[in-house]
Amino acid sequence: MNPSPTHSDSLLRFMTCGSVDDGKSTLIGRLLFDTKTILADTLNQIEKTSKKRGMEAVDLSLLTDGLQAEREQGITIDVAYRYFSTGTRKYIIADSPGHEQYTRNMVTAASTANLAIILIDARRGVLTQTRRHSYLAKLVGIPHLVVAVNKMDLVGHDQAVFDRICGEYRAFADEIGLGDVRFHSDVRAEWRQHRRPWRGHALVQRPDLARRARGRPGAHTERAEAFRFPVQYVCRPQASDDPELHDYRGFMGRVESGAVRVGDRVTALPSGQSSVVKRIELGAVSLPEAIHEQSVSLLLEDEIDVSRGDMLVPSDEQPMVTKEIEGMVCWFSETPLSPARTYLVRHTTRTSKAKVAAIDYKVDVNTLAQEPATALAMNDIARIRLRLAQPLAVDPYSDNRATGAFIVIDETTNNTVGAGMVTGAAPL
Amino acid sequence: MKWSDFRDKRAAELGERLIVRSVEESMTRGTVVLKSADEPRNKHQSVTLLEAIAEFEFDCCIGGARRDEEKARAKERIMSFRDEFGQWDPKNQRPELWNLYNARSHKGENIRAFPISNWTEMDVWQYIEREGLELPSIYFAHQRDVVLRGGAMMPVNVPLADGSVINVPKAGETVENRLVRFRTVGDITCTAPVESDADTVAKIVLETATTTITERGATRLDDQTSEASMEQRKKEGYF
Repeated sequence: MNPSPTHSDSLLRFMTCGSVDDGKSTLIGRLLFDTKTILADTLNQIEKTSKKRGMEAVDLSLLTDGLQAEREQGITIDVAYRYFSTGTRKYIIADSPGHEQYTRNMVTAASTANLAIILIDARRGVLTQTRRHSYLAKLVGIPHLVVAVNKMDLVGHDQAVFDRICGEYRAFADEIGLGDVRFHSDVRAEWRQHRRPWRGHALVQRPDLARRARGRPGAHTERAEAFRFPVQYVCRPQASDDPELHDYRGFMGRVESGAVRVGDRVTALPSGQSSVVKRIELGAVSLPEAIHEQSVSLLLEDEIDVSRGDMLVPSDEQPMVTKEIEGMVCWFSETPLSPARTYLVRHTTRTSKAKVAAIDYKVDVNTLAQEPATALAMNDIARIRLRLAQPLAVDPYSDNRATGAFIVIDETTNNTVGAGMVTGAAPL
Repeated sequence: MKWSDFRDKRAAELGERLIVRSVEESMTRGTVVLKSADEPRNKHQSVTLLEAIAEFEFDCCIGGARRDEEKARAKERIMSFRDEFGQWDPKNQRPELWNLYNARSHKGENIRAFPISNWTEMDVWQYIEREGLELPSIYFAHQRDVVLRGGAMMPVNVPLADGSVINVPKAGETVENRLVRFRTVGDITCTAPVESDADTVAKIVLETATTTITERGATRLDDQTSEASMEQRKKEGYF
């Protein structure tokens, strides 16, 4: 949730991939330090803690490892969010642990990111973990990747090393179909200029990134997306004596993607009934148009049946209404996914019971090989098919993050046990 | 205007029912026992909060906590699950992806919702400025009696609703009248103001942009008792 639609245009959400050894914490620390986000008392505090632990230098990972257990064990357990601003733009960093057993945290962090910085240690080059992080970034649809080759000083700032790593990564990126990948070559130049390892600030502020990575969580594909309006609530002020309000029926929700204008013909799904947008209200203000990320009330010309969980879409650009979806899931729970059980699937504002019809294959996140599976363990990534009790209006995740994403909930514990991305669906 | 008058006025404007529960009431019930009269009461708010949740059977409570305030809060979910004891289990939180929030709970359990989790202190002030929101005067520069205690300016001789006075200066402390404002408002026994002459929202925005200490840094003595004070309090049911 952002302070306003205008603010969010200048908001970039990004994540960092890599382990502590790769210099991830140093990068984040540097970003925060350069943007003067680390204030005096915080710095004092982490200096004190670092000293208490007998460290010589200030341990910047203490900035993001906020939980007692993380500090005790010196590891990152959960995703932490950090905030900084450069004056022209606001940034949210999702810092997630890099190890394989934390795949689920990385998927979580990636779900709201528009850019990922993948760290590579110049001495080690492209590693299994680099491939895993890149695959996950691709899976969750992060449109922009920055590959940052770190520790160039330890290879004597050798241009040939840098070029070899870039070449190797590029080949891998092409293999898995990554789109916008940039290599951070400035690192070396800045090394010479400033004699310091990271100018993270400069890294994310590079004008090409700032221009290209439009921070729009509602339009992650960064293409023109169709209007999608999952209804959260039907507003009917029934006790009103005011004749104006007596017939009022406003469909409240957030424009998840695209835009809608007064006069547009829309269809309510799954019912399929259509009408025309009569009025758009943002609080007490009437608008001619609502765009993605705006939370508005829509009033229609005709009385058609629409309730919470339904979706208003352009009549000429509809998602598929389906009771059988195919998707890539990441399993989060210590209790394995079992095809014998019934789960709940939450998709936009609708929740449906669901059963696993099939596990097509499991992906080895290190080799990307597809393997057969009968159950899924924590951190597994697999393609599955789900049968649903209620129809959902879905788009492929690659076309629309909002209407292609779903979470899986365990009915007994109410825990979120999996996250999924729609790859296909069978028509009703 | 006094903050509580402001609050009551606002509730009346909205025509909403305002429910107020206080730590003093829990003390009367005997569910909160202070070790000494001047013990900070902040952590005891959890008891009062949990009692109020049980009394009204609230299944969801909305709070204004933000991730940038404090390192334990940086790990907080937008929809944060609390078990029947009101406990937060930071190592075992529900993953939160995209804009899909899981607010499901069983009877007796509770969801704490933090819709402005991703806002910063600056965002809040810029929003207030843009929307022209009215605020209680405690947020703006005002004269106040304080003493210097543990690196913070503690407000002293604060009158309570029942006529009693808390935060009495200790022996050897010098009371000074300074120009201050509150960046964060919490229990007066452990919340300190900062020195400031910012008497308008615009000035506060400017001050927020140039400050060298964090919002809670020199102002919340409850956070300073140990490195993980907030985490500990949250595990016990605190907001």
